[in-house]
Amino acid sequence: MIEGFKGGIHPDYSKDKTERLPIIDAKVPNRVVIPLSQHIGAPCEPIVKIGEELKKGQKIGEARGNVSAPVHSSISGKVAAIGKFPHPSGKDALSIVIESDGKDEWVKELIDRPDYLKLSPEELKKIINEAGIVGLGGATFPTHVKLSPPPEKKIRIVILNGAECEPYLTADHRLMVERPEEIVEGLRILMKILNVQYGYIGIETNKPDAISRLTEVVSKIPKEKASETYVERSGIEWPKDVEAGPNIRVIGLEVKYPQGAEKQLIKATLNREVPSGGLPMDVGVVVQNVGTASAIYNAVRYGRPLIDRITTVTGAITYPKNLRIRIGTLLSDLIEECGGFSEEPGKIIIGGPMMGIGQHSLNVPIIKGSSGILVLPKTVVTEKEFYDCIRCGACVRACPMGLMPNMLSIYGELRLVDNGKEYRPMDCIECGCCSYVCPSKRPIVHFIRYLKNELSIKRAKEKKEAVKA
Amino acid sequence: MEKLEELKLVVSSSPHVRSDETIEKIMYTVILALLPAAGAGIYFFGINAATVIMLSILTAVACEALMQKAMGRRIAVKDGSAVLTGLLLAMNLPSNAPWWLVIIGSAFAIIIGKQIFGGLGFNIFNPALAARVFLLISWPVQMTTWPKPTPLLSKVSVDAVTGATPLGLLKSELLLKNNIGEAANISLIDMIIGNIGGSLGEVSAILLLLGGIFLIYRSYLSWHIPASFIGTVIIISGIFWIIDPARYASPLFHVVTGGLILGAFFMATDYVTSPITPKGMLLFGFGCGFITILIRLFGTYPEGVSFAILLMNMITPLIDKYVKPKLFGEVKKGA
Repeated sequence: MIEGFKGGIHPDYSKDKTERLPIIDAKVPNRVVIPLSQHIGAPCEPIVKIGEELKKGQKIGEARGNVSAPVHSSISGKVAAIGKFPHPSGKDALSIVIESDGKDEWVKELIDRPDYLKLSPEELKKIINEAGIVGLGGATFPTHVKLSPPPEKKIRIVILNGAECEPYLTADHRLMVERPEEIVEGLRILMKILNVQYGYIGIETNKPDAISRLTEVVSKIPKEKASETYVERSGIEWPKDVEAGPNIRVIGLEVKYPQGAEKQLIKATLNREVPSGGLPMDVGVVVQNVGTASAIYNAVRYGRPLIDRITTVTGAITYPKNLRIRIGTLLSDLIEECGGFSEEPGKIIIGGPMMGIGQHSLNVPIIKGSSGILVLPKTVVTEKEFYDCIRCGACVRACPMGLMPNMLSIYGELRLVDNGKEYRPMDCIECGCCSYVCPSKRPIVHFIRYLKNELSIKRAKEKKEAVKA
Repeated sequence: MEKLEELKLVVSSSPHVRSDETIEKIMYTVILALLPAAGAGIYFFGINAATVIMLSILTAVACEALMQKAMGRRIAVKDGSAVLTGLLLAMNLPSNAPWWLVIIGSAFAIIIGKQIFGGLGFNIFNPALAARVFLLISWPVQMTTWPKPTPLLSKVSVDAVTGATPLGLLKSELLLKNNIGEAANISLIDMIIGNIGGSLGEVSAILLLLGGIFLIYRSYLSWHIPASFIGTVIIISGIFWIIDPARYASPLFHVVTGGLILGAFFMATDYVTSPITPKGMLLFGFGCGFITILIRLFGTYPEGVSFAILLMNMITPLIDKYVKPKLFGEVKKGA
């Protein structure tokens, strides 16, 4: 096991309810609501009209701008409405409502392209872009953009993120156990696109079955000899135990939240720190989620666009499940499918308990980034009032980014944005460790989000004024 | 599914789960860690010690509630912080302190030391220590009349006998005879278990140490301040002791006497008034140790722990401003 990053916490993982349940296909819903904004970047442009007949996999939203990704119909049927509908982010978003015709037909038959690794990087990227693939770990950054770094940023390593450090969630875990070949092949496609020779798959050691399944699959890949001169030229110190082929390594990571945060994962895997304000490509790394790798494989080999994802439905649910869910399926359908609530719900979260988003309605659809549906019973949801900071320092010790969340929370609470700025709120990854440990129950992350938001607004304003002048 | 539409769901910012740590839990655990040493105080100094403790705690809690009410704040006496302040002040008083002294001190701790600044989390000085020094300067006679320890079940009358503390003896012998004199004859065992004169809660070095270790084990206390505080005292007193053992007491003597263990583990480590980062804590502890031993060796007062901590409390905001944790990724670009 590899020594991790500084800080972090050990919350109750609560994964036992679903970690042994195989992934099953959720019922095809009668109706889906597909938002045109399911990724970071510009929302899509709708390219269908009300009343239009659609097939499964048909593109319904065209990407707009440089950072964007298209969306596809997840069922076959008819467009019933185009308008603003509830979105997991909490805001209403332009969405396309499709009523099913019950046939569930593909727009075109799936292909089989066994020699997919012979495609050129440009062809592969185009397929990924057209398939609407975004980061499925939750960040939903359009994948093809991540795979097109500027030429001066040479990528040398691809890391697949199988940490799944959020409590309760087991979707990635099950995928790694059940479909390790797809993940490894997805990684090889990524490595081909970026022309890199080294790949890692990082998994927390609480998933030994996933580690052994992936290790087994990796061991069967034909060995490729890494060119030693390349390593020397790169000028980067490689981990000593990386030798010529097999050039993909599965590594066990310390069980600690937030092990799956991109920067912390890179630190734990390669002992490199992404510079403050920088991106993984600044240290020559691209990180992708294991689910994304599987989606890439399915897009490249079978021409399958991203129309479903694996999501854990758990918590105060009668039958918790790991489901393969069509994008756009409403929460209400999924909760019904899982036998309803086992206790009166107090909070329904899309995502995990640490970074997920609380929902106000069950009319919200599952989107590309929805890794979990977590129902917290009313009995545990006690939104207590919070107290003043007693400077115990627990948040400072827990912060994986080396920040002082105590000061940020105080300045955020007092709305002193300029004072707060000195404590580097923009470096916060909003993992929630500080709020988790706080004995005064302060909503620290919330206050930091306030500071970040105010600073972004200010920065944008300054930019505008600079342009004017 | 109609029924589901009537659901009342809580929507709030992430994270949605919290640890079960609370202010109350922290405060009462610290109180628990202090109880053995406070019990030793009652054992050695009798019922008077118990009275002082009770009076100090009751006054503190009452003042806290009154102030919070008067200032229109949430009444939060159940968080245990006032109880802790009351207990700590009592442990820093002689067991024969008159009742009015205890009440004035405890009220000062809460009203001036804490609430005036804005309550828990905002005070600059450790409230119990601020009160102790206030009392020491205002009523020096009452504050330095130390009853001799009279173990609970022994038949000697309790109130009559007073005497010097080991540190007091050390100072007076040095002034009179220019050497450590009688102070050399105090039994080490008595000093460790607390069978010596002194503030009622500071005498039992061993029980205080156990309480401190318990808190470190429960991770309510980080080792940095006690280690650098006591370490600095040991090193500096050690240097002088090696140079001239006739004039200077041994490091061990300095560690087990006076308020060093109580101060280093329970007073200097007050969350509110000490630095927040490990490096800052080491610096703070060093400062406390340095000032303490300076006062003990060369000052007019025999004991310097309280002054040292209060002086360092003043520097805490400065330390926190300049000693920050290492920011992730704060390295040169293009590493």
